[in-house]
Amino acid sequence: MFKYANPTRFMELSGLVLPWFAAAAAILIAAGLYLGFTAPPDYQQGDTVRIMFIHVPAATMAMAVYGLMALASLIGLVNRHPLADIAAREAAPLGALFTALALITGSLWGKPMWGTYWVWDARLTSFLILLFLYLGYIALWNAIEDETRAARAAAILALVGAVDVVIVKYSVEWWSTLHQGESIFRMGGPLIASVFLWPLFAMMLGYGFLFAALWIVRIRTEILNRRSRSLLRAGA
Amino acid sequence: MAHFFAMGGYAAYVWPSYGVTFLGLAAAIILTWRSYAHAKRVLASAEKGDRS
Repeated sequence: MFKYANPTRFMELSGLVLPWFAAAAAILIAAGLYLGFTAPPDYQQGDTVRIMFIHVPAATMAMAVYGLMALASLIGLVNRHPLADIAAREAAPLGALFTALALITGSLWGKPMWGTYWVWDARLTSFLILLFLYLGYIALWNAIEDETRAARAAAILALVGAVDVVIVKYSVEWWSTLHQGESIFRMGGPLIASVFLWPLFAMMLGYGFLFAALWIVRIRTEILNRRSRSLLRAGA
Repeated sequence: MAHFFAMGGYAAYVWPSYGVTFLGLAAAIILTWRSYAHAKRVLASAEKGDRS
């Protein structure tokens, strides 16, 4: 695996897949939007069900991105691999964005359906903590001048914070939450009608490819920036 | 068409959700692409400066 993980190989390979990821994201999100707005209103949620098509993918990505960030942090910590440190760092702002979008769309759904924008139940509270973890992680990177030390400190924060992702995931089972339980990725199959499941899956995959494409571009940017910095240092 | 935009009376919740999501994702795409273009320019000029 580390054979492909040097920056030069990464630049070659990522340059090849990038246009395909971007195209897949555009097509899947367009299809998801079309299916989402042509689906009938839900018998209970009415047209607010359409908020689900952007809320659930944002929330799923918020957690998946954290998982990837923690994994990259672990590899960076154990193998001292600079590309892993860069990958972890560049995932964070995207994860924070998905987390914020999930919180905002969720509360815009909660007002008409629950009667409130916000409630301090276990799911919502642990998800708000996820946003603070992302922001803290970004702040920590920016607070420490030395890149190697910053990477190590941030990686430890990311790994400790990973506990929160587990809490978010199981909060709806461990506590009695206003937020509904898992209705898609559960034993025995999804509890959602297929007319809503297809737009949801298209959007989820679309969000996944969009994240992958943006993550790649951000990692490439940081590799180029480090090259420039070392060139300038050598020239000075 | 007006029926579509009314969103069954939930327009005030559905459209802001999509609006915020669009703005957030569009901003991420634009900012990411801009810093990438900037990094390429800086590297190109650094390489030129190195050779001279």
